[in-house]
Amino acid sequence: MYKIDPARKDLVEEFRANPVGNHSADLQQMLNVVRGESFPGKYVLICVKPHREWVLGRLSGVRGDPVEILEDRVFTRAEDAEWEVFRRRWKALTGECLD
Amino acid sequence: MIKHKKIVGYTNHISAAPGDTVGFMVSCYDGVTRYRADIVRLISGDLHPEGAGFKETVLDTPAAGDFPGREQKIHAGSHAEITDRTPFSVLSSFTLQAMIWPTTPQRGRQALLGAWSEPEQRGYALMIGDDGAPMLVLGDGQGNIETVSTAKPLQERKWCFVGASFDAETRTACVVQVPSVEYPLADSTAEVRRTVAISAPVTVEAPFMIAALYDGEAGGRVIGAHHYNGKIDSPRVANRALDREAMTALMQRPIPAGLLPAVVAAWDFSRAIPTVHIEDLSPNRLDGTLVNLPARAMTGHAWTGEEMNWQHAPEQYGAVHFHEDDIHDAGWEVDFELVIPETMKSGVYAARLVSGSDEDRIPFFVRPPRGVRTANLALLIPTASYWAYANEHMAIEASDYEAFSGHLTSLNSEDLFLNSHPEFGHSLYDVFTDGSGVCYSSRLRPVLNMRPGVTISWVGPGGNMPWQFNADLHIVDWLEAMGHDYDVITDDDLDAEGLPLIDGYHAVMTGTHPEYYSTHMWDAVEAYLGRGGRLMYMGGNGFYSRVAYSDAVPGAIELRRTEVEFREKSGAPGEYYHSFSGEYGGIWRRIGRPPGSLVGVGMAVEGFDICGYYRRKPGSHDPRAAFIFDGVDDEIIGDFGVVGGGAAGIELDRCDTSLGSPPHTLVLASSEGLSNHYFPTVEDCLMVSSGLGAMDNPQARGDMVFFETPNGGGVFSTSSMSWSGSLSHNNYDNNVSRITDNVLRRFLDPTPL
Repeated sequence: MYKIDPARKDLVEEFRANPVGNHSADLQQMLNVVRGESFPGKYVLICVKPHREWVLGRLSGVRGDPVEILEDRVFTRAEDAEWEVFRRRWKALTGECLD
Repeated sequence: MIKHKKIVGYTNHISAAPGDTVGFMVSCYDGVTRYRADIVRLISGDLHPEGAGFKETVLDTPAAGDFPGREQKIHAGSHAEITDRTPFSVLSSFTLQAMIWPTTPQRGRQALLGAWSEPEQRGYALMIGDDGAPMLVLGDGQGNIETVSTAKPLQERKWCFVGASFDAETRTACVVQVPSVEYPLADSTAEVRRTVAISAPVTVEAPFMIAALYDGEAGGRVIGAHHYNGKIDSPRVANRALDREAMTALMQRPIPAGLLPAVVAAWDFSRAIPTVHIEDLSPNRLDGTLVNLPARAMTGHAWTGEEMNWQHAPEQYGAVHFHEDDIHDAGWEVDFELVIPETMKSGVYAARLVSGSDEDRIPFFVRPPRGVRTANLALLIPTASYWAYANEHMAIEASDYEAFSGHLTSLNSEDLFLNSHPEFGHSLYDVFTDGSGVCYSSRLRPVLNMRPGVTISWVGPGGNMPWQFNADLHIVDWLEAMGHDYDVITDDDLDAEGLPLIDGYHAVMTGTHPEYYSTHMWDAVEAYLGRGGRLMYMGGNGFYSRVAYSDAVPGAIELRRTEVEFREKSGAPGEYYHSFSGEYGGIWRRIGRPPGSLVGVGMAVEGFDICGYYRRKPGSHDPRAAFIFDGVDDEIIGDFGVVGGGAAGIELDRCDTSLGSPPHTLVLASSEGLSNHYFPTVEDCLMVSSGLGAMDNPQARGDMVFFETPNGGGVFSTSSMSWSGSLSHNNYDNNVSRITDNVLRRFLDPTPL
């Protein structure tokens, strides 16, 4: 199985520059792992104002369980939230903090 | 701060003509006790910062006013109620038995059949106990409750005979469990008998029910408790304690003559399958009603696998599949009504409910007076597809949605509300608690993803791509902005009335995602085109799956998924035929009517991250297409828009003469710029290899097409769900708007094409 190579900062930068849309094959392979995060605790966005404001949330995977809502930071671009979640998952997967 | 929904509602009719009365049912939460209601005409639900904006007009109607609010509950879970309570109203000697196929035997107490009052703890019922084993429960309402269990857990998704008897004279209770297949090492056959302390007879007021227990009544409707998940086949009741041999004999059809005096009821679920009625084979005719649409035409314990069509071997389809989370009609009380004024123009409307910090808009559609056309264009609102997706909640339970859509799932207030109210039910894309697929969906409940301004969690990053109703408002907004008159009609109308509904319109325009079509609807559109009608197919992945409406089950549609189609869950083997209509379900392409045969294109590819654009093809320069591109010199069409940034996206259709596209179909343009998150439809992937994504796969594209139909008619297909998101760009002055306008003006001109 594919394992993330923490040295591939080129892929991190590629994602940061363009989190949604077409990606290089190497980044896509990495994202299959990063975005494949499982329940419980899978990150989602919670829309505060349509098209304008979002916060992060976490899912249990069980319908009816409350969605954990992380209201401490409001994102005004969905792309910024994508990057923040990527950072958090990178830390969980590699132990490394991205700035 | 997250907005929490505190007020929701639905209508009793989705489409109404002047003079009709529409009832609005409302429920309030979190202390909301009053709300303001106004009737509004909806023009646009576009909240994109660069979009057309949210547009609605408040109407002065007698329905407007301030109303008291209160919570109205939805009691989900399916069961059967036997109309006549008398034969079951005394607990004396009896036998209860059935073949069962439990799907969640370990999910706590679940009722199979009996007459038991949960509030009174009185009566008798055969159940599955907390240990997953069959048990008999007896209660005298005086605090004496006896349970007799086999203590051998049932096997999940395996047929098993279960029976229970009670001899009032000897006070002997017996429970029998005989699996259809006894697996080695699986100790699951049992016969347990003991004397109990209940002194019969005991009078039971509760109705006899199957798959739930009586838990009181509300609003004139019985409330069920301890709903069962799984199939039940051939439930039987006898008036004495039968031994195991007699129980087995009682399963036979016809009922052996020697047992006839003992039979109280012998329900045969293979009868009246298209309805919600269940029939009793016994001379007592203790028929009943199924509540909340459990699945019918289900393979029973006698299914051999040799027959796939329930109409050919109904005796093999004696099962009903009950679910604790089935829902048909929420059954709320009407809070206010609107008599559609004679002067009310055909269009898209809503009841706007406002209470403090929350609001809801309950959409409904006003059609022209019956038999009258008030415009030359009909906008055919794809309500069947709205019901198919009603209250979908896939991404909240399936962790792979983010990878599937290429961005984080984005939940809105409606998603959060539905998550905390599972009783609002499922879409045809969801799965039940027991993991089985959903095959019915009803509009007789609040459908919270059919709202202006509401987007869908997995379509577009941040939920930024309007979907279905909200996207269809882009078309309404464009028609209004461009000054085109239009009548609004719905799929529900078209299914009920067929060709006469659309015959005579110069042109019919679809919504952005008319995916689900009944045979009546398909036949009507086909006949309309054959008579010189003109169709503007304004979306993608249209005319894809066959659904069925039912006169016997108002407000619901059915979809039996089959083996190959885009879906969350396939139908189970042998269950591909609709119970409503007897028709084979699944996708039209597999029924021999590919969408290309109707609109020149058929489902090719879908993706949910970004949208692409169209590049013109040689067909666009054909003289036959000159009217379409009049005033359009651009080679690139629609590289702008509020839906994913382009007019070619989300779900797109391809022209393919091998899949029904007429040979004279003109391909005007083909999509470009789709990401590798766009994947081909699964029925195009019978052999899987790398290079499936749209960047690498020439088949994974959309084709904008035009072709003439007999008698001077024609079809124009945008073949893209995001097309309409580009209409308002640059104040409606752009090549997507121009092409759409060119086609519409020509289609409205009765001169033969």
